[in-house]
Amino acid sequence: MSSAWITTRAWLLMLPLLIVMIAVVGWPMVDTVRLSFTDTRLVGTSGEYVGVANYAKLLTGSAFLGALRNTAVFAVFSVAAEMTLGVLAALLLDQQFRGRSFVRALMILPWALPTVVNAMLWRLIYNPEYGALNSLLTQLGILSEYRSWLGEPGTALWAIVAADCWKNFPLVALIALAALQAVPRDIKAAAVVDGAGAFARFRFVLWPYLAGPLTIALVLRTIEAFKVFDIIWVMTRGGPVNSTRTLSILVYQEAFSFQRAGSGASLALIVTLIVTVFAAFYIALMRRSGSRA
Amino acid sequence: MRHRLASTAMGAAAIAAFLASPAFAETTLRALFMAQAAYSEADVRAMTEAFTKEHPDVKVELEFVPYEGLHDKTVLAQGSGGGYDVVLFDVIWPAEYASNDVLVDETDKITPEMKEGVLPGAWTTVQYDGKTYGMPWILDTKYLFYNKDILEKAGIKAPPKTWDELASQAATIKEKGLLEEPIVWSWSQAEAAVCDYTTILSAYGGSFLDKDGKPVFQTGGGLEALQYMAGTMKDGITNPNSKEYLEEDVRKVFQNGDAAFALNWTYMYNLANDPKDSKVAGKVGVVPAPGHEGTSEASAVNGSMGLGVTTTSQHKDEAWSYITFMTSEKVQNEYAKLSLPIWKASYDDPAVTKGQEELVAAAKQSLAVMYPRPTTPRYQELSQALQLAIQSAILGMASPEEALTEAADNSGL
Repeated sequence: MSSAWITTRAWLLMLPLLIVMIAVVGWPMVDTVRLSFTDTRLVGTSGEYVGVANYAKLLTGSAFLGALRNTAVFAVFSVAAEMTLGVLAALLLDQQFRGRSFVRALMILPWALPTVVNAMLWRLIYNPEYGALNSLLTQLGILSEYRSWLGEPGTALWAIVAADCWKNFPLVALIALAALQAVPRDIKAAAVVDGAGAFARFRFVLWPYLAGPLTIALVLRTIEAFKVFDIIWVMTRGGPVNSTRTLSILVYQEAFSFQRAGSGASLALIVTLIVTVFAAFYIALMRRSGSRA
Repeated sequence: MRHRLASTAMGAAAIAAFLASPAFAETTLRALFMAQAAYSEADVRAMTEAFTKEHPDVKVELEFVPYEGLHDKTVLAQGSGGGYDVVLFDVIWPAEYASNDVLVDETDKITPEMKEGVLPGAWTTVQYDGKTYGMPWILDTKYLFYNKDILEKAGIKAPPKTWDELASQAATIKEKGLLEEPIVWSWSQAEAAVCDYTTILSAYGGSFLDKDGKPVFQTGGGLEALQYMAGTMKDGITNPNSKEYLEEDVRKVFQNGDAAFALNWTYMYNLANDPKDSKVAGKVGVVPAPGHEGTSEASAVNGSMGLGVTTTSQHKDEAWSYITFMTSEKVQNEYAKLSLPIWKASYDDPAVTKGQEELVAAAKQSLAVMYPRPTTPRYQELSQALQLAIQSAILGMASPEEALTEAADNSGL
């Protein structure tokens, strides 16, 4: 079989997928770029070309900067907490103990929960009149009176970070656990025999195995966190005082609630650009680890 | 050819429907309702069933969404070529819907009997620029609910007639140790907060826009209203959780006996009086929202909603007959427990008034003074700016004056 034929065949086999991709991703993307330079509204009259006016207005307005800040805070802190908790949980579950497989199965539950269900659940936990968190903290004497966690701009975003972390740390734990199980037993045993302390064993024996998979988990989670929409929409809808309004929520409001499809499109493209940077980073990492293997 | 194809398809659909269910339906209408306040989902289903019994050739598929999703869902469906035949719409949307051609103009379909029989306040719900875009269905406003038990214990003889009186009565209840924070509101960053604000604004004689459509709510009555709201929060007579509450949260707090006063829609009256669900059944009092000395006797926001046919509907006539059925006096009188009828005659019908005399008495006064939110195609933006202002002021992040001035600048008007 000639290599030319192999190449042709490969492209032929990919053709249906390519056509579908162009139809459902490529074309809408191109159209979004076009829309972003117009003042098109969602329904009604079609828009006029307005140049970079949408972008200029967004980048100089306070709404975009506020949303960018909220998104960054959400992404950095939720992902950092998920990574830390995930690795700690994986280290724990890598130990030999009775009931280990039961706990492993249990741990995946929060991740398996639909985001909306998770969000509703945490809304109940944070409820200012009868929520479990208030009840717990007052009974422990940490709080003197019930607080409105989602009603105060100072706590709302952090409350959502915690809820998101609870849902997503199991994924990191799962990836880390899989990596840990690839560490040969005799290396671990040898380290113990050589008198390496717990930290040294983690740093020099386990970390080399963890670093690669964890970086991938980090990049994937960061991309996800940057696009966050549903958990916030269910818990606060961007309030109070827009303190939890992220970029995706802003895109939704612009494009659908206010029906400014043009301006919504330009905002969506900015978000896409930011996420693409992370994605490029991810692909570069995959290439590097691929060439090493 | 096209015709034959269509009729073949319709025939096939009819056969399929016949095989699927004993009642053969030739037309399927899709209707969008909300599951929040006013008529319950069960009520709407029962009304619809009565309609399909009278019209066995029409099938109605119902969809319920929260109020917060109603506008966006309608607009999205319309933007993508349709999907619903009948949609429920809020009094604040006809301006936008009309300028975007979402609803069918039904002006010619309104008979003189309808025009005469329906309360004039209800008609304003579905009209914009002299045209009528459907039928009013939910005639609603916010009332002041009070817990008779708590008022009696506090030695308060009559519920408040002015907002200042409300504040002083609440302070009395707080001082006597009956409740920590006696008043509960829906001041979450949502339309509900704007409804409460509108009510108070109207009491203080304020207005939203001047005759050129420029914001004036940052002065006069509009400013006083927000100062009042922020004041009750600062004085500790408003439940601080109000800042994250919607109507259903207000109802839960009130039903639990944790509030002496609450501002809420009609539907709360019979739910809070239901012993199955409520700890305060039998102790629920209702009066019009208070007025302000020298400017008003009572206040009310027009929170009515209407039913309309979408311009993308393929079955406009059937859709209209469904709407006239749902909004008919007979149907509305039968289901008058959670939402009061749009028909003048209903208010003297014992079937409607029985068991809710207090509510009907309050309604007669409130419905007459219903104040509209501004009718502008850009209402959603204005509302967002106002929600933000209300929240910043009640959270003490900005003075009411600063907050409203910023809202006026950001309103897009």
